[in-house]
Amino acid sequence: MDIPALYEEKLKDLELKANKARQLVIETLLEAGSGHSAGSLGMADIFVALYFHILNHDPKNPELVDRDRLILSNGHICPIQYTVMAMSGYFPIDELKTLRKINSRLQGHPHRTSLPGLETTSGPLGEGISQGIGIALSARLDKKKYHTFVISSDGEHQEGNIWEAIMFAGKHKLNNLTLIIDRNNIQIDGFTENVMPLEPLKEKYLAFNWEVLEIDGNNIKEFVDAVTKAKSTFEKPTVIIAHTIPGKGVSFMEKDFAWHGKPPNSEEAKKALDELRTLQGRIQSEHQ
Amino acid sequence: MLNPKLFLNQKMFDHNALQKATRDGFGDALVELGTMNKDVVVLTADLSESTRTEGFEKKFKERFFEVGVAEQNMAAIAAGFAISGKIPFISSYAVFSPGKNWETIRTTIIYNEANVKIAGHHAGIITGADGSTHQATEDIAITRVFPGITIFVPCDYWEAKKATIESANIKGPVYLRFTRDKTPIITTEKTPFDKDTPQAYWLSENPKVTLFAFGYMLYYALLAAKILEQKGINVLVVNLSTIKPANEKEIVELAKKANRVVTVEDHQVMGGLGSMIAEVLAKFFPTPMEFIGLQDTFAQSGNPKDLIKQYKMDEVAIIEAVEKVISR
Repeated sequence: MDIPALYEEKLKDLELKANKARQLVIETLLEAGSGHSAGSLGMADIFVALYFHILNHDPKNPELVDRDRLILSNGHICPIQYTVMAMSGYFPIDELKTLRKINSRLQGHPHRTSLPGLETTSGPLGEGISQGIGIALSARLDKKKYHTFVISSDGEHQEGNIWEAIMFAGKHKLNNLTLIIDRNNIQIDGFTENVMPLEPLKEKYLAFNWEVLEIDGNNIKEFVDAVTKAKSTFEKPTVIIAHTIPGKGVSFMEKDFAWHGKPPNSEEAKKALDELRTLQGRIQSEHQ
Repeated sequence: MLNPKLFLNQKMFDHNALQKATRDGFGDALVELGTMNKDVVVLTADLSESTRTEGFEKKFKERFFEVGVAEQNMAAIAAGFAISGKIPFISSYAVFSPGKNWETIRTTIIYNEANVKIAGHHAGIITGADGSTHQATEDIAITRVFPGITIFVPCDYWEAKKATIESANIKGPVYLRFTRDKTPIITTEKTPFDKDTPQAYWLSENPKVTLFAFGYMLYYALLAAKILEQKGINVLVVNLSTIKPANEKEIVELAKKANRVVTVEDHQVMGGLGSMIAEVLAKFFPTPMEFIGLQDTFAQSGNPKDLIKQYKMDEVAIIEAVEKVISR
């Protein structure tokens, strides 16, 4: 299915939704008492663009046969996926309060069979692209038109399995597979380039016969344009290297790897929400 | 005597008895499955000849996927296929799959409830000359702990073929264990494959010991039973080709017939068939037991027969274990 044109009004709506999603992430993580803040905030724009503009899906019918598949490989940023799924109607927003708690459908890392709408189970890194390949190959065998999107992190690229998968997708010219890398430069132990350098990342993908697009991952318009381009590339799989700011929207979390794997306390949450509400006002007035 | 109701190969003890590898049963079954079910897809990790997937590859090229030497990728791609409605079989040496890719299997296949069939080849010290690096002797231990998995260890070519075909009918992950060498044909095409109920292959009146065996080791257990009969010692020999789910009730019933048990497996004695039987009996019917298998050590390169003898897994060792457990 073609991606609709992104008019000014829709763009503003998506930006406001991303802001709302960030607020919900802060509230959800505060309530959960553990979880990953930085990546969840950094990827809010991309998740909102996917669920509210790009994906062919139906929250009321998660099993829709021809739905586009979205796979989150770096499962630890599931708070943002859960949040945007709830906002788009997969389950009540109130259920976000159960994240990481006993008997919740919202497991600490995504579990496919716990929550309708999740395509895979993830958390242990490096396994999402491979699963996306199996799904994309199935589409090819069954002559289905759905598109498979995989979201992966940069740190995850230190796993060998990732490169096994990249090699395979290049060989099979999987043009119905699009990979989105959250290039936020941080991982648990520090900056990726200090822990284990990934650069030159673009050249690596080119060498493995992928189409490479590089964008500002916090710019919804750039992301939608990139996905449109990726879907019209027929000779190879496309990777969108999305440069994002970890912790985006909350000044004291931005670009600080200390926020990779922890939630805010109540004081920090209050401060974060104040900042996000200020930003919300700014988005509203900017587009007027 | 051999159980007359099971259509067993009456010539199995003959000098020139027919031998065939279980991996060939797997390969032949895949070709049949390819015709029977268009959702069956097969993946291999640079081992299509030796894991016998090449027959399927030739006939169903578009459903065959060579992933190269990348067992993690193979497992997770298979998970993707399965959650899209396919029935993928992944095939490699058991040391690599489910060995090297164990966590990938745990997350993307088992916990993910993906309908993937995992074929582990070159299992046991019978793999021989390649040495311990290629002899999977822990694969049952590491798969038996997976919730919801079914595990088959076929005793011969025919059972390997039937178990492979049966695995495609099971909704959920299955682990199938195969060996490299030709081993004696124990069953016939007519022998029923009852995945739910373990069958006694050797029957006798007032048995003193129940032997539980799996894989080709069932042959050594039957050979021991035959020799023991001549010595006046009656035993039962059970083919325990379904390791999981365990039929606890039937295992207890079979153990009760003799009140003494010997387990026989080409696998580490920790975590395999012996452990499984011990867990069941400790719970419902504590029974003296002896364990034939690899005794917490690695084996080495060599001729399979020599290895099986040296590591005390042949009929001589089984007879000693039977006599020992009777004397306890």
